[in-house]
Amino acid sequence: MAAARYNAMELMICAAAQMLEDGRSVTVGTGAPCAAAMLAQRTTAPNLLIFFEAGGVAPLLPTMPISVGDSRTFYRGLMATSMADVMETCQRGMMDYAFLGGAQIDAFGNLNSTMIGQNYARPKVRFPGSGGANDLASLCWRVIVLTNHDRRRFVEKVDFITTPGYLSGPGAREAAGLPPGCGPYRVITDLAVMGFDESSKRMKVLSLHPGVDRKQVEERTGFPLLWADPIDETSPPSDEALRILREEVDPHRYLIGRC
Amino acid sequence: MTFPAATGRLFSDPSANAAREFFRTKPRALRDKVMSVADAVRDLVRDGDYLAIGGFGADRIPTAAVHEIVRQRKQNLSFAGHTATHDFQILCAGNLTGRGQTLARVDVAYIVGLEARGLSPHARRVMESGTVECTEWTNYTLAVRLKAAAMGLPFLPCRSMLGTDTFRHSAAKIITCPFTGETLLALPALYPDVAIIHVHEADRFGNCRIRGTTVADLDLARAAKRVIITCERLIPNEEIRREPSLTAIPFFCVDAVCEVPFGSYPGNMPGEYFSDEEHLQLWLKMEEDEEQYRQFLHHYLFEPKDFNDYLQRCGGLERLRRLRAQELLLHQGR
Repeated sequence: MAAARYNAMELMICAAAQMLEDGRSVTVGTGAPCAAAMLAQRTTAPNLLIFFEAGGVAPLLPTMPISVGDSRTFYRGLMATSMADVMETCQRGMMDYAFLGGAQIDAFGNLNSTMIGQNYARPKVRFPGSGGANDLASLCWRVIVLTNHDRRRFVEKVDFITTPGYLSGPGAREAAGLPPGCGPYRVITDLAVMGFDESSKRMKVLSLHPGVDRKQVEERTGFPLLWADPIDETSPPSDEALRILREEVDPHRYLIGRC
Repeated sequence: MTFPAATGRLFSDPSANAAREFFRTKPRALRDKVMSVADAVRDLVRDGDYLAIGGFGADRIPTAAVHEIVRQRKQNLSFAGHTATHDFQILCAGNLTGRGQTLARVDVAYIVGLEARGLSPHARRVMESGTVECTEWTNYTLAVRLKAAAMGLPFLPCRSMLGTDTFRHSAAKIITCPFTGETLLALPALYPDVAIIHVHEADRFGNCRIRGTTVADLDLARAAKRVIITCERLIPNEEIRREPSLTAIPFFCVDAVCEVPFGSYPGNMPGEYFSDEEHLQLWLKMEEDEEQYRQFLHHYLFEPKDFNDYLQRCGGLERLRRLRAQELLLHQGR
Protein backbone atom coordinates (compact mmCIF):
# COMPACT_ATOMS: atom_id res chain seq x y z
CA MET A 1 0.00 0.00 0.00
CA ALA A 2 1.31 3.49 -0.86
CA ALA A 3 3.55 4.06 2.13
CA ALA A 4 1.34 5.51 4.85
CA ARG A 5 -0.31 8.28 2.81
CA TYR A 6 -3.57 7.01 4.25
CA ASN A 7 -4.78 4.09 6.35
CA ALA A 8 -7.53 1.53 5.70
CA MET A 9 -10.19 3.41 7.68
CA GLU A 10 -9.44 6.63 5.80
CA LEU A 11 -9.78 4.78 2.52
CA MET A 12 -13.11 3.22 3.58
CA ILE A 13 -14.55 6.56 4.64
CA CYS A 14 -13.40 8.29 1.45
CA ALA A 15 -14.74 5.47 -0.75
CA ALA A 16 -18.10 5.68 1.02
CA ALA A 17 -18.20 9.47 0.70
CA GLN A 18 -17.63 9.20 -3.06
CA MET A 19 -20.72 7.01 -3.43
CA LEU A 20 -23.04 9.69 -2.08
CA GLU A 21 -24.24 11.82 -4.97
CA ASP A 22 -25.08 15.45 -4.46
CA GLY A 23 -28.77 16.17 -3.96
CA ARG A 24 -29.52 12.69 -2.60
CA SER A 25 -30.75 11.72 0.85
CA VAL A 26 -28.99 9.46 3.34
CA THR A 27 -29.64 8.14 6.83
CA VAL A 28 -26.47 7.66 8.83
CA GLY A 29 -25.49 6.38 12.23
CA THR A 30 -22.47 7.35 14.28
CA GLY A 31 -18.88 6.45 13.46
CA ALA A 32 -17.55 5.81 9.95
CA PRO A 33 -20.88 6.31 8.12
CA CYS A 34 -21.30 9.70 9.72
CA ALA A 35 -17.73 10.63 8.85
CA ALA A 36 -18.41 9.64 5.22
CA ALA A 37 -21.53 11.81 5.08
CA MET A 38 -19.71 14.75 6.68
CA LEU A 39 -16.84 14.38 4.23
CA ALA A 40 -19.21 14.16 1.25
CA GLN A 41 -21.06 17.26 2.50
CA ARG A 42 -17.74 19.15 2.61
CA THR A 43 -16.45 17.91 -0.79
CA THR A 44 -18.50 16.40 -3.62
CA ALA A 45 -22.04 16.59 -2.24
CA PRO A 46 -22.73 19.95 -0.56
CA ASN A 47 -26.46 19.39 -1.02
CA LEU A 48 -26.47 15.94 0.55
CA LEU A 49 -29.57 15.66 2.72
CA ILE A 50 -28.54 13.95 5.96
CA PHE A 51 -31.01 12.27 8.31
CA PHE A 52 -30.53 10.66 11.70
CA GLU A 53 -33.15 8.11 12.73
CA ALA A 54 -33.88 9.76 16.09
CA GLY A 55 -35.27 12.77 14.19
CA GLY A 56 -32.36 15.02 13.18
CA VAL A 57 -32.79 16.44 9.65
CA ALA A 58 -30.20 18.29 7.55
CA PRO A 59 -27.77 19.27 10.32
CA LEU A 60 -24.58 21.19 9.62
CA LEU A 61 -22.56 18.78 11.74
CA PRO A 62 -20.04 20.68 13.87
CA THR A 63 -18.39 17.52 15.17
CA MET A 64 -19.19 13.85 14.90
CA PRO A 65 -22.14 12.85 17.08
CA ILE A 66 -21.59 10.22 19.77
CA SER A 67 -25.22 9.10 19.69
CA VAL A 68 -27.68 8.89 16.80
CA GLY A 69 -29.93 11.07 18.95
CA ASP A 70 -27.54 13.56 20.51
CA SER A 71 -27.84 17.29 19.96
CA ARG A 72 -25.19 17.32 17.21
CA THR A 73 -27.60 15.38 14.97
CA PHE A 74 -29.79 18.44 14.50
CA TYR A 75 -27.19 21.17 15.10
CA ARG A 76 -28.13 24.06 12.79
CA GLY A 77 -30.47 21.58 11.11
CA LEU A 78 -33.64 22.29 9.19
CA MET A 79 -35.86 20.19 11.46
CA ALA A 80 -35.80 18.24 14.69
CA THR A 81 -38.62 15.73 14.37
CA SER A 82 -39.63 12.23 15.47
CA MET A 83 -38.22 8.83 14.63
CA ALA A 84 -41.48 7.83 12.92
CA ASP A 85 -41.27 10.93 10.70
CA VAL A 86 -37.78 9.94 9.51
CA MET A 87 -38.71 6.27 9.03
CA GLU A 88 -41.90 7.22 7.19
CA THR A 89 -39.84 9.42 4.88
CA CYS A 90 -38.01 6.18 4.08
CA GLN A 91 -41.28 4.25 3.75
CA ARG A 92 -42.62 6.86 1.28
CA GLY A 93 -39.57 6.22 -0.91
CA MET A 94 -37.62 9.43 -0.30
CA MET A 95 -34.49 7.92 1.28
CA ASP A 96 -31.82 7.06 -1.28
CA TYR A 97 -29.11 5.65 0.97
CA ALA A 98 -28.67 4.11 4.38
CA PHE A 99 -25.41 3.06 5.99
CA LEU A 100 -25.36 -0.06 8.15
CA GLY A 101 -22.97 -2.43 9.90
CA GLY A 102 -23.36 -5.71 11.75
CA ALA A 103 -21.64 -8.55 13.56
CA GLN A 104 -22.19 -10.94 10.65
CA ILE A 105 -23.01 -10.61 6.95
CA ASP A 106 -23.73 -13.37 4.40
CA ALA A 107 -23.43 -13.61 0.60
CA PHE A 108 -26.90 -12.08 0.13
CA GLY A 109 -26.07 -9.10 2.34
CA ASN A 110 -28.27 -10.25 5.23
CA LEU A 111 -27.00 -8.76 8.50
CA ASN A 112 -26.95 -10.07 12.06
CA SER A 113 -26.77 -7.65 14.98
CA THR A 114 -28.97 -9.67 17.37
CA MET A 115 -27.11 -12.69 18.72
CA ILE A 116 -24.44 -15.34 18.28
CA GLY A 117 -25.56 -18.90 18.96
CA GLN A 118 -28.37 -21.23 17.90
CA ASN A 119 -30.70 -20.95 20.91
CA TYR A 120 -32.59 -17.67 20.90
CA ALA A 121 -33.55 -18.00 24.58
CA ARG A 122 -29.91 -18.56 25.63
CA PRO A 123 -27.67 -16.61 23.25
CA LYS A 124 -23.91 -17.13 23.46
CA VAL A 125 -23.52 -13.42 22.83
CA ARG A 126 -26.42 -11.00 22.97
CA PHE A 127 -26.02 -7.96 20.71
CA PRO A 128 -28.30 -4.90 20.69
CA GLY A 129 -30.79 -6.15 18.08
CA SER A 130 -32.09 -4.31 15.04
CA GLY A 131 -32.24 -0.78 16.35
CA GLY A 132 -33.34 0.99 13.19
CA ALA A 133 -31.23 -1.19 10.87
CA ASN A 134 -34.02 -3.55 9.78
CA ASP A 135 -36.32 -0.60 9.06
CA LEU A 136 -33.71 1.26 7.04
CA ALA A 137 -32.72 -1.84 5.04
CA SER A 138 -36.40 -2.58 4.40
CA LEU A 139 -37.37 0.93 3.34
CA CYS A 140 -34.38 2.81 1.83
CA TRP A 141 -33.48 2.40 -1.85
CA ARG A 142 -29.81 1.53 -1.44
CA VAL A 143 -28.00 0.14 1.59
CA ILE A 144 -24.25 0.57 1.98
CA VAL A 145 -22.51 -1.63 4.55
CA LEU A 146 -19.24 -0.51 6.11
CA THR A 147 -17.39 -3.23 7.98
CA ASN A 148 -14.07 -4.90 8.63
CA HIS A 149 -13.30 -7.87 6.44
CA ASP A 150 -12.77 -11.10 8.35
CA ARG A 151 -14.01 -14.70 8.37
CA ARG A 152 -15.94 -14.37 11.61
CA ARG A 153 -17.97 -11.61 10.04
CA PHE A 154 -18.32 -12.77 6.42
CA VAL A 155 -20.12 -16.06 7.01
CA GLU A 156 -22.00 -18.56 4.84
CA LYS A 157 -25.05 -18.35 7.12
CA VAL A 158 -25.69 -15.66 9.69
CA ASP A 159 -26.91 -16.94 13.09
CA PHE A 160 -29.89 -14.55 12.94
CA ILE A 161 -31.20 -12.44 10.07
CA THR A 162 -31.72 -9.19 11.95
CA THR A 163 -31.79 -7.04 8.85
CA PRO A 164 -32.79 -8.06 5.35
CA GLY A 165 -30.29 -8.22 2.52
CA TYR A 166 -31.60 -10.19 -0.44
CA LEU A 167 -32.84 -12.85 2.09
CA SER A 168 -32.64 -16.25 0.29
CA GLY A 169 -31.93 -14.79 -3.16
CA PRO A 170 -33.62 -13.24 -6.21
CA GLY A 171 -37.25 -12.25 -5.61
CA ALA A 172 -37.21 -13.16 -1.90
CA ARG A 173 -37.58 -9.59 -0.64
CA GLU A 174 -40.56 -8.92 -2.86
CA ALA A 175 -42.12 -12.30 -1.98
CA ALA A 176 -41.82 -11.42 1.71
CA GLY A 177 -43.70 -8.19 1.05
CA LEU A 178 -40.81 -5.74 1.24
CA PRO A 179 -41.05 -2.73 -1.10
CA PRO A 180 -39.66 -3.67 -4.53
CA GLY A 181 -36.52 -2.26 -6.11
CA CYS A 182 -34.35 -1.81 -3.05
CA GLY A 183 -31.72 -3.77 -1.13
CA PRO A 184 -28.02 -3.87 -0.37
CA TYR A 185 -25.98 -1.86 -2.84
CA ARG A 186 -22.34 -1.84 -1.74
CA VAL A 187 -20.20 -3.42 0.97
CA ILE A 188 -17.07 -1.44 1.75
CA THR A 189 -14.37 -3.17 3.81
CA ASP A 190 -10.72 -2.62 4.64
CA LEU A 191 -9.86 -4.83 1.61
CA ALA A 192 -12.36 -4.20 -1.16
CA VAL A 193 -15.59 -2.74 -2.46
CA MET A 194 -18.31 -5.25 -3.26
CA GLY A 195 -21.68 -5.07 -4.94
CA PHE A 196 -24.34 -7.69 -5.65
CA ASP A 197 -24.75 -9.72 -8.83
CA GLU A 198 -27.81 -8.62 -10.80
CA SER A 199 -29.22 -12.11 -11.39
CA SER A 200 -28.07 -14.20 -8.41
CA LYS A 201 -28.07 -11.34 -5.82
CA ARG A 202 -24.84 -12.77 -4.39
CA MET A 203 -21.97 -10.60 -3.25
CA LYS A 204 -19.54 -9.66 -6.01
CA VAL A 205 -16.14 -8.01 -5.66
CA LEU A 206 -16.01 -4.83 -7.77
CA SER A 207 -12.68 -3.32 -6.75
CA LEU A 208 -9.68 -4.20 -4.60
CA HIS A 209 -8.03 -1.53 -2.52
CA PRO A 210 -4.51 -0.56 -3.64
CA GLY A 211 -2.03 -3.28 -2.59
CA VAL A 212 -4.70 -5.91 -1.82
CA ASP A 213 -4.83 -9.15 -3.83
CA ARG A 214 -7.61 -11.58 -4.59
CA LYS A 215 -6.25 -14.31 -2.32
CA GLN A 216 -6.31 -12.05 0.74
CA VAL A 217 -9.99 -11.30 0.17
CA GLU A 218 -10.84 -14.98 -0.34
CA GLU A 219 -8.97 -16.00 2.79
CA ARG A 220 -10.91 -13.53 4.87
CA THR A 221 -14.35 -14.40 3.46
CA GLY A 222 -16.35 -17.41 4.70
CA PHE A 223 -18.31 -17.93 1.45
CA PRO A 224 -17.54 -18.06 -2.29
CA LEU A 225 -17.43 -14.58 -3.80
CA LEU A 226 -18.27 -13.57 -7.35
CA TRP A 227 -15.71 -11.39 -9.13
CA ALA A 228 -16.27 -8.60 -11.61
CA ASP A 229 -14.24 -8.92 -14.80
CA PRO A 230 -12.06 -6.94 -14.90
CA ILE A 231 -11.53 -6.09 -11.24
CA ASP A 232 -10.92 -2.39 -10.68
CA GLU A 233 -8.61 -0.84 -8.15
CA THR A 234 -10.43 1.28 -5.58
CA SER A 235 -9.64 4.97 -6.21
CA PRO A 236 -7.27 6.14 -3.50
CA PRO A 237 -8.42 9.18 -1.53
CA SER A 238 -7.40 12.57 -2.88
CA ASP A 239 -5.09 14.79 -0.82
CA GLU A 240 -7.95 17.27 -0.43
CA ALA A 241 -10.35 14.60 0.88
CA LEU A 242 -7.73 13.37 3.35
CA ARG A 243 -7.05 16.90 4.55
CA ILE A 244 -10.73 17.61 5.21
CA LEU A 245 -11.22 14.21 6.83
CA ARG A 246 -8.27 14.79 9.19
CA GLU A 247 -8.71 18.48 9.91
CA GLU A 248 -12.48 18.98 9.91
CA VAL A 249 -14.33 15.68 10.12
CA ASP A 250 -12.28 13.74 12.65
CA PRO A 251 -9.71 16.14 14.10
CA HIS A 252 -9.34 14.07 17.27
CA ARG A 253 -8.79 10.95 15.17
CA TYR A 254 -11.41 8.96 17.07
CA LEU A 255 -12.05 6.89 13.98
CA ILE A 256 -9.14 7.29 11.64
CA GLY A 257 -6.56 7.09 14.40
CA ARG A 258 -7.57 3.58 15.38
CA CYS A 259 -6.21 1.86 12.28
CA MET B 1 -44.86 -18.17 -0.97
CA THR B 2 -46.01 -18.47 2.64
CA PHE B 3 -44.04 -17.51 5.68
CA PRO B 4 -44.16 -19.15 9.10
CA ALA B 5 -46.02 -17.13 11.73
CA ALA B 6 -44.07 -15.15 14.28
CA THR B 7 -43.47 -16.97 17.56
CA GLY B 8 -42.71 -14.14 20.00
CA ARG B 9 -45.00 -13.47 22.94
CA LEU B 10 -47.04 -10.28 23.26
CA PHE B 11 -46.33 -8.74 26.67
CA SER B 12 -49.19 -6.21 26.69
CA ASP B 13 -52.86 -6.04 25.75
CA PRO B 14 -53.40 -4.34 22.35
CA SER B 15 -57.16 -3.97 22.89
CA ALA B 16 -58.30 -0.45 22.02
CA ASN B 17 -61.57 -0.99 23.86
CA ALA B 18 -59.79 -1.97 27.06
CA ALA B 19 -57.63 1.15 26.71
CA ARG B 20 -60.71 3.31 26.21
CA GLU B 21 -62.21 1.97 29.42
CA PHE B 22 -59.02 2.96 31.23
CA PHE B 23 -58.75 6.40 29.66
CA ARG B 24 -62.44 7.01 30.41
CA THR B 25 -61.51 7.23 34.09
CA LYS B 26 -58.23 9.14 33.73
CA PRO B 27 -58.56 12.56 35.48
CA ARG B 28 -58.88 15.59 33.19
CA ALA B 29 -58.89 18.32 35.82
CA LEU B 30 -56.07 20.86 35.99
CA ARG B 31 -54.45 19.91 39.25
CA ASP B 32 -51.03 20.36 40.77
CA LYS B 33 -49.02 17.19 40.07
CA VAL B 34 -45.64 18.29 41.39
CA MET B 35 -44.03 15.67 43.61
CA SER B 36 -40.66 14.10 44.38
CA VAL B 37 -39.20 11.44 42.09
CA ALA B 38 -39.29 8.97 45.00
CA ASP B 39 -43.02 9.57 45.52
CA ALA B 40 -43.82 9.42 41.81
CA VAL B 41 -42.04 6.09 41.37
CA ARG B 42 -43.54 4.71 44.61
CA ASP B 43 -47.09 5.62 43.57
CA LEU B 44 -47.05 5.13 39.82
CA VAL B 45 -44.61 2.29 39.02
CA ARG B 46 -46.00 -1.03 40.23
CA ASP B 47 -44.48 -4.49 40.35
CA GLY B 48 -45.40 -6.35 37.17
CA ASP B 49 -45.97 -3.15 35.17
CA TYR B 50 -45.14 -2.62 31.53
CA LEU B 51 -42.64 0.28 31.57
CA ALA B 52 -41.48 2.52 28.72
CA ILE B 53 -38.91 5.31 28.87
CA GLY B 54 -38.57 8.35 26.62
CA GLY B 55 -35.58 9.83 24.84
CA PHE B 56 -33.10 8.14 22.54
CA GLY B 57 -30.08 6.21 23.79
CA ALA B 58 -28.67 8.27 26.62
CA ASP B 59 -30.17 11.46 25.19
CA ARG B 60 -32.95 13.16 27.16
CA ILE B 61 -33.49 10.24 29.53
CA PRO B 62 -35.13 10.43 32.98
CA THR B 63 -32.09 9.11 34.84
CA ALA B 64 -33.31 10.06 38.33
CA ALA B 65 -36.53 8.06 37.95
CA VAL B 66 -34.70 5.03 36.54
CA HIS B 67 -32.32 5.09 39.53
CA GLU B 68 -35.34 5.26 41.81
CA ILE B 69 -36.97 2.20 40.19
CA VAL B 70 -33.89 0.13 40.99
CA ARG B 71 -33.45 1.69 44.46
CA GLN B 72 -37.07 0.90 45.36
CA ARG B 73 -36.59 -2.68 44.14
CA LYS B 74 -39.47 -2.66 41.70
CA GLN B 75 -39.91 -6.25 40.46
CA ASN B 76 -41.02 -8.26 37.47
CA LEU B 77 -41.31 -5.41 34.96
CA SER B 78 -41.95 -5.66 31.24
CA PHE B 79 -39.93 -3.08 29.35
CA ALA B 80 -40.00 -1.43 25.93
CA GLY B 81 -36.34 -1.69 24.85
CA HIS B 82 -36.71 1.12 22.34
CA THR B 83 -33.28 2.65 21.70
CA ALA B 84 -32.56 1.92 25.35
CA THR B 85 -28.90 2.36 26.31
CA HIS B 86 -27.91 3.86 29.66
CA ASP B 87 -31.48 3.59 30.96
CA PHE B 88 -31.46 -0.13 30.15
CA GLN B 89 -28.03 -0.44 31.77
CA ILE B 90 -29.40 1.08 34.99
CA LEU B 91 -32.46 -1.20 34.99
CA CYS B 92 -30.17 -4.22 34.56
CA ALA B 93 -28.60 -3.27 37.91
CA GLY B 94 -31.81 -4.71 39.39
CA ASN B 95 -31.06 -8.17 37.93
CA LEU B 96 -28.38 -10.68 39.06
CA THR B 97 -27.18 -8.35 41.83
CA GLY B 98 -29.00 -9.97 44.75
CA ARG B 99 -31.97 -7.61 44.56
CA GLY B 100 -34.54 -9.91 42.98
CA GLN B 101 -35.46 -9.33 39.35
CA THR B 102 -36.38 -5.88 38.10
CA LEU B 103 -36.59 -6.85 34.43
CA ALA B 104 -38.61 -9.94 33.52
CA ARG B 105 -39.74 -9.32 29.92
CA VAL B 106 -38.29 -7.09 27.22
CA ASP B 107 -39.63 -5.99 23.85
CA VAL B 108 -36.29 -5.58 22.10
CA ALA B 109 -35.50 -3.02 19.46
CA TYR B 110 -32.14 -1.89 20.86
CA ILE B 111 -30.72 -3.02 24.21
CA VAL B 112 -27.39 -4.02 25.80
CA GLY B 113 -25.32 -1.57 23.72
CA LEU B 114 -24.41 2.05 24.33
CA GLU B 115 -24.09 2.87 20.63
CA ALA B 116 -20.50 3.70 19.66
CA ARG B 117 -19.35 3.35 23.29
CA GLY B 118 -19.63 -0.44 23.25
CA LEU B 119 -21.69 -3.20 24.90
CA SER B 120 -22.60 -3.22 28.59
CA PRO B 121 -20.97 -6.29 30.23
CA HIS B 122 -23.64 -6.52 32.94
CA ALA B 123 -26.56 -6.07 30.53
CA ARG B 124 -25.02 -8.88 28.51
CA ARG B 125 -24.80 -11.09 31.63
CA VAL B 126 -28.47 -10.42 32.29
CA MET B 127 -29.64 -10.99 28.73
CA GLU B 128 -27.46 -14.08 28.18
CA SER B 129 -28.63 -15.69 31.45
CA GLY B 130 -31.96 -16.82 29.99
CA THR B 131 -33.87 -15.22 32.88
CA VAL B 132 -35.42 -12.40 30.86
CA GLU B 133 -37.97 -13.27 28.20
CA CYS B 134 -37.58 -11.35 24.93
CA THR B 135 -39.63 -10.56 21.86
CA GLU B 136 -37.87 -8.85 18.94
CA TRP B 137 -38.95 -5.67 17.17
CA THR B 138 -37.19 -2.71 15.56
CA ASN B 139 -36.92 0.97 16.41
CA TYR B 140 -39.57 1.95 13.87
CA THR B 141 -41.96 -0.91 14.58
CA LEU B 142 -41.95 -0.16 18.32
CA ALA B 143 -42.58 3.50 17.45
CA VAL B 144 -45.51 2.38 15.24
CA ARG B 145 -46.89 0.27 18.10
CA LEU B 146 -46.91 3.36 20.31
CA LYS B 147 -48.42 5.41 17.50
CA ALA B 148 -51.26 2.87 17.12
CA ALA B 149 -51.97 3.18 20.84
CA ALA B 150 -51.79 6.98 20.71
CA MET B 151 -54.36 6.81 17.89
CA GLY B 152 -56.62 4.60 20.01
CA LEU B 153 -56.30 1.66 17.61
CA PRO B 154 -55.51 -2.03 18.18
CA PHE B 155 -52.90 -2.18 15.39
CA LEU B 156 -51.24 -0.36 12.51
CA PRO B 157 -49.61 -1.75 9.37
CA CYS B 158 -46.11 -1.02 8.14
CA ARG B 159 -43.68 -2.36 5.51
CA SER B 160 -40.63 -3.13 7.61
CA MET B 161 -39.31 -6.30 9.35
CA LEU B 162 -40.80 -8.70 6.74
CA GLY B 163 -38.88 -11.86 5.80
CA THR B 164 -36.37 -11.75 8.67
CA ASP B 165 -35.66 -13.60 11.93
CA THR B 166 -36.50 -10.34 13.67
CA PHE B 167 -40.06 -10.87 12.41
CA ARG B 168 -39.98 -14.59 13.33
CA HIS B 169 -39.17 -13.70 16.97
CA SER B 170 -41.66 -10.83 17.10
CA ALA B 171 -45.38 -10.97 17.87
CA ALA B 172 -46.38 -9.19 14.66
CA LYS B 173 -48.63 -10.72 12.01
CA ILE B 174 -48.66 -10.75 8.22
CA ILE B 175 -51.79 -9.30 6.62
CA THR B 176 -52.98 -8.54 3.12
CA CYS B 177 -53.94 -4.99 2.26
CA PRO B 178 -57.71 -4.96 1.59
CA PHE B 179 -57.26 -2.33 -1.14
CA THR B 180 -54.09 -3.30 -3.04
CA GLY B 181 -53.57 -6.95 -2.12
CA GLU B 182 -50.02 -6.18 -0.97
CA THR B 183 -48.41 -8.00 1.95
CA LEU B 184 -48.07 -5.85 5.06
CA LEU B 185 -46.85 -6.24 8.61
CA ALA B 186 -49.52 -5.72 11.30
CA LEU B 187 -48.17 -4.31 14.55
CA PRO B 188 -50.14 -4.65 17.78
CA ALA B 189 -50.72 -1.40 19.66
CA LEU B 190 -48.54 -0.92 22.73
CA TYR B 191 -50.32 0.68 25.68
CA PRO B 192 -47.64 0.79 28.43
CA ASP B 193 -48.83 0.79 32.05
CA VAL B 194 -46.38 3.54 32.85
CA ALA B 195 -44.09 5.84 30.87
CA ILE B 196 -41.36 8.13 32.17
CA ILE B 197 -40.22 11.02 29.99
CA HIS B 198 -37.66 13.75 30.66
CA VAL B 199 -38.46 17.16 29.15
CA HIS B 200 -36.99 20.64 29.20
CA GLU B 201 -39.89 22.50 30.78
CA ALA B 202 -43.23 21.66 32.36
CA ASP B 203 -45.82 23.54 34.35
CA ARG B 204 -47.26 22.19 37.60
CA PHE B 205 -50.14 20.54 35.73
CA GLY B 206 -47.88 18.61 33.32
CA ASN B 207 -47.95 20.68 30.14
CA CYS B 208 -44.53 19.98 28.63
CA ARG B 209 -42.10 21.55 26.21
CA ILE B 210 -39.33 19.61 24.45
CA ARG B 211 -36.44 21.08 22.46
CA GLY B 212 -34.84 19.02 19.73
CA THR B 213 -35.89 15.63 18.44
CA THR B 214 -38.96 14.07 19.97
CA VAL B 215 -38.08 10.44 19.08
CA ALA B 216 -41.32 8.54 19.96
CA ASP B 217 -42.19 10.55 23.04
CA LEU B 218 -45.25 12.41 21.78
CA ASP B 219 -46.93 9.10 21.02
CA LEU B 220 -45.53 7.46 24.14
CA ALA B 221 -47.06 10.12 26.41
CA ARG B 222 -50.45 9.59 24.78
CA ALA B 223 -50.22 5.77 24.65
CA ALA B 224 -49.25 5.14 28.28
CA LYS B 225 -51.84 4.72 31.01
CA ARG B 226 -49.72 6.54 33.60
CA VAL B 227 -47.07 9.15 32.78
CA ILE B 228 -44.30 10.51 35.00
CA ILE B 229 -42.61 13.65 33.71
CA THR B 230 -39.22 14.74 34.98
CA CYS B 231 -38.22 18.22 33.82
CA GLU B 232 -35.14 20.41 33.81
CA ARG B 233 -37.26 23.24 35.24
CA LEU B 234 -40.78 24.11 36.22
CA ILE B 235 -42.30 27.06 34.39
CA PRO B 236 -45.44 29.06 35.16
CA ASN B 237 -48.72 28.03 33.58
CA GLU B 238 -48.98 31.58 32.13
CA GLU B 239 -45.89 30.83 30.04
CA ILE B 240 -47.60 27.74 28.57
CA ARG B 241 -50.72 29.78 27.80
CA ARG B 242 -48.61 32.53 26.22
CA GLU B 243 -47.45 30.15 23.48
CA PRO B 244 -49.59 26.97 23.36
CA SER B 245 -48.05 25.88 20.06
CA LEU B 246 -44.94 24.88 22.03
CA THR B 247 -46.81 22.33 24.17
CA ALA B 248 -45.58 18.89 23.12
CA ILE B 249 -47.30 16.83 25.82
CA PRO B 250 -50.61 18.06 27.30
CA PHE B 251 -51.34 17.94 31.03
CA PHE B 252 -54.20 15.44 30.75
CA CYS B 253 -51.75 12.71 29.74
CA VAL B 254 -49.58 13.35 32.80
CA ASP B 255 -49.83 11.98 36.35
CA ALA B 256 -46.71 13.36 38.03
CA VAL B 257 -44.33 16.25 37.47
CA CYS B 258 -40.87 16.11 39.09
CA GLU B 259 -38.40 18.94 38.78
CA VAL B 260 -34.93 17.41 38.29
CA PRO B 261 -32.28 19.84 37.06
CA PHE B 262 -29.62 18.02 35.03
CA GLY B 263 -32.04 15.09 35.10
CA SER B 264 -30.71 13.45 31.91
CA TYR B 265 -27.14 13.29 33.27
CA PRO B 266 -24.91 11.41 32.36
CA GLY B 267 -26.84 11.60 29.12
CA ASN B 268 -27.14 14.56 26.78
CA MET B 269 -29.88 17.19 27.10
CA PRO B 270 -30.23 19.28 23.93
CA GLY B 271 -29.35 22.91 24.49
CA GLU B 272 -28.50 22.24 28.16
CA TYR B 273 -25.53 19.90 28.64
CA PHE B 274 -23.62 17.25 26.72
CA SER B 275 -23.23 13.60 27.78
CA ASP B 276 -20.54 12.78 30.35
CA GLU B 277 -18.53 10.31 28.32
CA GLU B 278 -16.01 9.71 31.13
CA HIS B 279 -18.75 8.65 33.54
CA LEU B 280 -20.41 6.43 30.94
CA GLN B 281 -17.05 4.78 30.25
CA LEU B 282 -16.59 4.27 33.99
CA TRP B 283 -19.92 2.39 34.17
CA LEU B 284 -18.85 0.10 31.32
CA LYS B 285 -15.43 -0.49 32.87
CA MET B 286 -16.75 -1.19 36.37
CA GLU B 287 -19.26 -3.73 35.02
CA GLU B 288 -16.45 -5.97 33.80
CA ASP B 289 -15.83 -7.36 37.30
CA GLU B 290 -18.93 -8.31 39.32
CA GLU B 291 -17.51 -7.47 42.76
CA GLN B 292 -16.13 -4.16 41.58
CA TYR B 293 -19.50 -3.45 39.94
CA ARG B 294 -21.36 -4.11 43.21
CA GLN B 295 -19.18 -1.54 44.99
CA PHE B 296 -19.68 0.91 42.14
CA LEU B 297 -23.47 0.50 42.34
CA HIS B 298 -23.37 0.98 46.09
CA HIS B 299 -21.49 4.26 45.76
CA TYR B 300 -23.38 5.74 42.80
CA LEU B 301 -26.85 4.20 42.98
CA PHE B 302 -27.82 2.80 46.39
CA GLU B 303 -25.99 5.07 48.82
CA PRO B 304 -26.94 8.48 47.34
CA LYS B 305 -30.01 9.83 49.11
CA ASP B 306 -31.29 11.50 45.96
CA PHE B 307 -30.28 12.53 42.44
CA ASN B 308 -28.49 15.65 43.60
CA ASP B 309 -26.33 13.49 45.85
CA TYR B 310 -25.48 11.37 42.78
CA LEU B 311 -24.58 14.51 40.81
CA GLN B 312 -22.30 15.61 43.66
CA ARG B 313 -20.51 12.26 43.59
CA CYS B 314 -20.02 12.67 39.82
CA GLY B 315 -18.29 16.04 40.17
CA GLY B 316 -21.17 18.37 40.98
CA LEU B 317 -21.62 21.83 39.56
CA GLU B 318 -18.09 22.11 38.18
CA ARG B 319 -18.52 18.96 36.12
CA LEU B 320 -21.97 20.09 34.93
CA ARG B 321 -20.62 23.51 33.99
CA ARG B 322 -18.05 21.85 31.74
CA LEU B 323 -20.71 19.65 30.12
CA ARG B 324 -22.80 22.75 29.45
CA ALA B 325 -19.85 24.48 27.79
CA GLN B 326 -19.36 21.37 25.68
CA GLU B 327 -23.02 21.29 24.67
CA LEU B 328 -22.92 24.97 23.67
CA LEU B 329 -19.63 24.46 21.79
CA LEU B 330 -18.10 27.29 23.82
CA HIS B 331 -14.61 25.85 23.41
CA GLN B 332 -15.03 26.31 19.65
CA GLY B 333 -15.38 30.04 20.10
CA ARG B 334 -19.11 30.13 19.48
